Amino acid sequence: MNLIQFMFAVELGLLFGLVALGVLLSFRILDFPDLTVDGSFPLGAGVSAILIVSGFNPWFATFCAILAGMTAGFTTAWISVRWNILHLLASILTMTALYSINLRIMGRSNIGLLGENTIFSPIEALPHSDLYIMPATMFVITGLALLLVYRFLSSEKGLAMRATGSNIRMAKAQGVSVNRQILLGLSISNGLVALAGSLYAQSQGFADITLGQGIILFGLASVIVGEAFFNPKRILAALIACVVGSIFYRLAVAMALNASFLGLETQDLQLITAVIVGIAMITPRLRAKILDFKASRSKP
Amino acid sequence: MIRLTDLHVTFNRGSAMEKKALRGITLDIKEGDFVCVIGGNGAGKSTLLNALCGDIFPERGSVSIDEIDVTSLPSWQRAPYVARVFQDPMAGTCANLTIEENMALAIGRGDKRSLKLALNKSHRETFRFQLSRLKLGLENRLSDPIGLLSGGQRQGVSLIMAVLKPMKILVLDEHTAALDPRTAAFILELSREIVRENNLTTLMVTHSMHQAIELGNRTLMLHEGRVVFDVKGKEREGLTVPDLLELFHKASGMELDDDSLLLS
Repeated sequence: MNLIQFMFAVELGLLFGLVALGVLLSFRILDFPDLTVDGSFPLGAGVSAILIVSGFNPWFATFCAILAGMTAGFTTAWISVRWNILHLLASILTMTALYSINLRIMGRSNIGLLGENTIFSPIEALPHSDLYIMPATMFVITGLALLLVYRFLSSEKGLAMRATGSNIRMAKAQGVSVNRQILLGLSISNGLVALAGSLYAQSQGFADITLGQGIILFGLASVIVGEAFFNPKRILAALIACVVGSIFYRLAVAMALNASFLGLETQDLQLITAVIVGIAMITPRLRAKILDFKASRSKP
Repeated sequence: MIRLTDLHVTFNRGSAMEKKALRGITLDIKEGDFVCVIGGNGAGKSTLLNALCGDIFPERGSVSIDEIDVTSLPSWQRAPYVARVFQDPMAGTCANLTIEENMALAIGRGDKRSLKLALNKSHRETFRFQLSRLKLGLENRLSDPIGLLSGGQRQGVSLIMAVLKPMKILVLDEHTAALDPRTAAFILELSREIVRENNLTTLMVTHSMHQAIELGNRTLMLHEGRVVFDVKGKEREGLTVPDLLELFHKASGMELDDDSLLLS
């Protein structure tokens, strides 16, 4: 792996760190396995791409992307809490619907953004622009998002949200409207994912209808890799761990693709992801098993 | 004042499993009352409590708190009035939140939650002071996840949490039943102290006849969804467990055959 590939993996890792934050919010904090993100990522990409090629301000386009993602998350949460539908099913409904909606919004399956004015245009136009500038920009954006999420989770509202995912009975007894927390939490989660989609489209120069494939697994991979490495106990540590997990995951993918003896190609990305997530999930159990085995042998 | 009027609750209505859990319970709890509710398995203790807290809605009858009709309000909307300690020590706290975060949730029970930071210096001081009465050294472990504590410690924190904010009624749901005898005795004594200090209106459900006559100023016995007797004041003074059994026999015409009630 050369430096360019390395920096690109870091940039992508940071960008998908936003997805990881969103997935952490739904999966871990609200205990709501939400597959909507597979739809809200391309939704964010599509909404901002179509607005940008139609001549709108890229910041406005990004803002609309976030709003669209939040609406998608809200829809899933509403189906689930209002009609008492299993969370997984509710999110599959929205995800499926979003595929058609995305095609409607984009009008075609692919929109190119090369040469268009994006929020990254001023940075790319800098005289000393080099290969560090995009990773640095993503670092600032994702870092800012992380701090905002952390500040929110430390607030009275945020604490109520965490209680909802941790012990719903206790949350209710403390007067928390758990339904509202789920509505709000999924909106924020999918807003973050749509922001990632929008930034992806603008930095990579295209939006495509198939961008969403496997997004949930990327997010989950980051969260699980982060947990496997850092075993975070505090909320700030968990937030940082999932973003770092996202970078590690991207580096692992880049390395796997670069290892010529494996003969892997770009289309194997999903397989690599599944294998990495699988390993990250199995490792802690395996470790426990080995420790148990050692303990049983050391007994007299 | 808490007023339960003619509460009827039936589970699995219309099926072979139909069970009438409450068959017309009427109960007035005056301000400052400490009511102990006793009864065997299936007597309706938990159902009564859940109906008061808003986890179960009666098919007939009403619940009012200080003249406010709360019959149709779900539990989270009753939280401003009702503070509750659960039987299961794990149920009253969030394992992966820290001690101080759990307490911050409880100090805002029933309040609208804002975007302000949940924890601040004055909160922490209050928490430390309140926790110090448990004499478990928890006041120095505010930022430890509460899941690290033992069941007894968690139940102690739950009890402290319940009274961080004023309420209309404190509901203790067999809150010492899942603890070892020493811890149970400690938690019970602490409950008694806290209730006395703050002159709290309290409803305690218990499995133990001893507890039911030692604590509080009023003892209520449920049997098959009805109140079989309700003793208070002079009538209750010097009451013993055999007296209770006699009362039960007189009121229901039956012998009590629930071993768990007699043994505890």
